[in-house]
Amino acid sequence: MSALQPSELDRPTLARDRSAADADLKSVSAALRRAEFGDRMRSLLLAAPLLVLLALSFGIPIVLLLSRAVYDPTIADALPKTTVALAGWNGQGLPGDDAFAALAADLKDNQAKGTAYELAKSLNARLPGARSQLLKTVRKLENADGQAALDAVKSVPFWSAPTTWPAIRSGTNSLTSFYLLSALDLRWNADGGVERVPPEQAIFIQVFLRTFFVAASVTLATLILAFPLAYLIANVPKGLAAILIVAVLLPFWTSILVRTAAWTVLLQKFGLVNDFLLLIGVTSDRLDLMYSRIGLIIAMTHIQLPFTLLPIYSVMRTIPPSQMKAAYSLGARPFTAFRRIYIPQVFPGVMAGCMLTFILCLGYYITPALIGGASDQLISNFIANYVNVELNWEMAAALSFILLVFTLALFGIFARVLGLDRLKLV
Amino acid sequence: MSAVQTAPASAKSAPLAGQGFVEFADVEKSYDGRSFAVTRMNLSVASGEFLTLLGPSGSGKTTTLNMLAGFERPTHGTITLEGQPVDRLPPYQRNIGMVFQNYALFPHMTVEENVGFPLSVRQVSKADIAARVGRALDMVRLKQFGDRRPTQLSGGQQQRVALARALVFQPSLVLMDEPLGALDKKLREHMQLEIKQIHTMLGVTIVYVTHDQSEALTMSDRVAVFNQGGIAQLGSPDDLYNTPQSSFVASFIGENNTLEGVVDRVSGGECRVRLNGGGEISALAVGVTQGSPCHVAVRPERLTLSATANGGNALSATVDGRIYLGDHLRLLARLANDQVLTVKVGPEATMANGETVTVSCAPNDCRAFPADAGTGGAIPKQGKTK
Repeated sequence: MSALQPSELDRPTLARDRSAADADLKSVSAALRRAEFGDRMRSLLLAAPLLVLLALSFGIPIVLLLSRAVYDPTIADALPKTTVALAGWNGQGLPGDDAFAALAADLKDNQAKGTAYELAKSLNARLPGARSQLLKTVRKLENADGQAALDAVKSVPFWSAPTTWPAIRSGTNSLTSFYLLSALDLRWNADGGVERVPPEQAIFIQVFLRTFFVAASVTLATLILAFPLAYLIANVPKGLAAILIVAVLLPFWTSILVRTAAWTVLLQKFGLVNDFLLLIGVTSDRLDLMYSRIGLIIAMTHIQLPFTLLPIYSVMRTIPPSQMKAAYSLGARPFTAFRRIYIPQVFPGVMAGCMLTFILCLGYYITPALIGGASDQLISNFIANYVNVELNWEMAAALSFILLVFTLALFGIFARVLGLDRLKLV
Repeated sequence: MSAVQTAPASAKSAPLAGQGFVEFADVEKSYDGRSFAVTRMNLSVASGEFLTLLGPSGSGKTTTLNMLAGFERPTHGTITLEGQPVDRLPPYQRNIGMVFQNYALFPHMTVEENVGFPLSVRQVSKADIAARVGRALDMVRLKQFGDRRPTQLSGGQQQRVALARALVFQPSLVLMDEPLGALDKKLREHMQLEIKQIHTMLGVTIVYVTHDQSEALTMSDRVAVFNQGGIAQLGSPDDLYNTPQSSFVASFIGENNTLEGVVDRVSGGECRVRLNGGGEISALAVGVTQGSPCHVAVRPERLTLSATANGGNALSATVDGRIYLGDHLRLLARLANDQVLTVKVGPEATMANGETVTVSCAPNDCRAFPADAGTGGAIPKQGKTK
């Protein structure tokens, strides 16, 4: 009987077998996970020293610096009494005398602690001209107390100007969007909305656009130069290819400062490039290549060429010659074969090389500083200026943050369009 | 099965009288001006023929194929295709389908796009492309894989896509450059039959390159055995196996025992050979002269083992090893001069290791070749003469 209807009778047994098999599978996968966990821990342990170093020397400093773009406690720390006094002010007109008295007391405290200059600088960043007025007030307060101190503050017209107290009040708020807005040439207006700063104060948008334009020009120039060269290197015999690669990489082994300095020699008004152009009669006059946009792009193109070339070359090398042969044998003319078979296959390498160069160009500092003119300074030069000269780290952090966001967004778009797995970086 | 139809060659332009479909006339190719990859090649391929170029690597077979495809230009001589010289024709105007060893499928295109590529560069309409691609994929039984990428297919499937792509534009000639080299043995044997079937079905002319002699014997109408830049012998698989014209062909096609010796005398088609290390045998004389050293080749299956001599050539030997292969048994027989012969016998043979036996064979099954044109050079290299 069971032989005639095996399926009927065997079904429960089968089900039991299956659940037993499932249980077996589960225990197997659990054992696998356990085994892999050990492996993963070991590899993590191997990477740990590097991770710690990266976190301490790279991650934490970046986060701390960038946080200054939105967190600036200098004014709040320096003016604790004023902060309390301003809590009840509605922001219209001038605050009451208690605020003036608190400010006088705070300023005296700062003078005693030696932090008055720092406060003056910080307030000046938000309120141009505040530095001298504040330091003048501090001097007046030196021998004044009580009513005299209040009078001393009130005697300086700056403290009664309509823009002063709103600026102080916004400064006492440690969490601020002031720097980020400034980095985009924006500010809060009196009504609590965001508005563009007057054209004569707006600089950063223009600098960002200039930075992107220079980066895009350099990327395009390197692509035009690198693509045929990469094709050549990928298609010549091995020995010659090695020599060409070394020739391309040679500049890599020289410091970027030296290369930039070399270009300043070449590009000068009475430099070699101008001499040569005159000699062959391309120009009748000496060109201003130094301190100009064109000189900057030439120098940056030279420095960036290997970055664009290597990813393209590494992809081209992987395309076997039989691909083009196959296309020809199937009836494609050389140009058609190039367009429909070759280009699509090297495209990921082209994108990777261009992206590498574009992103590196966004952060160029030395070359624009040495070769570019006053109107060719890129965003990095402004960031460096805020860090080194103006000592306004908050502004530097805000500009860096905006640059970082732009760069990441760009990378995201690239990755989205292409798929990250198809990006081939060297 | 309705499939890709290939127009008969005669419909396009009748080949000139006395000329093959493909004709190599005195073709030479040199890469460096001193040595020749291909020397004085004369070859004629008939329409609808399956011709295999067989040879070890570096023997010039791939160069020959590349010249026919148009990737290389002959340094001397003329190649004609359907009566027209093609020396000045670039590969994309020759209308020759080609299948490459590594398939050369386009990785950025789907299977359908790959197969449709030769049609789309020929400005065929979209609907027409779809229909013909469908038929071609049907023929190689890959219809359901049309939207996959080549990398998602197995080696055999990729090879079938390459095949469909080379056939879809109805070329009258298809070249195949070791197309099955990357496949495992079982799949290779299966694909050999499949290619052979397609050849029969379409009537297309195929020139096939391989270094695998069993593949050549299985598939071909004729085989051209290449050695050192020239054709050592051209003939049907049967011809090549049974009547090799040189020591090289004898040892390259199938398995052969080679006995070295000196020709004692030649009479009619036969000769008497004194073997190095003792013994004498009779063999068919294939270009040997009296007193010259020679190689005598005899197939393992033509040798018989017995306790005593039973006519024909007889050599005494001891059994040195037994290799069991299921349907037959291979016995290694050591001669007096320590040379070991392979003998193919039925699995029921009982000879044990160390037993003394007599190896015998008919003189008709032994072929004596000159030793100087031995395994090395069937065709001596020649300088270019002007």
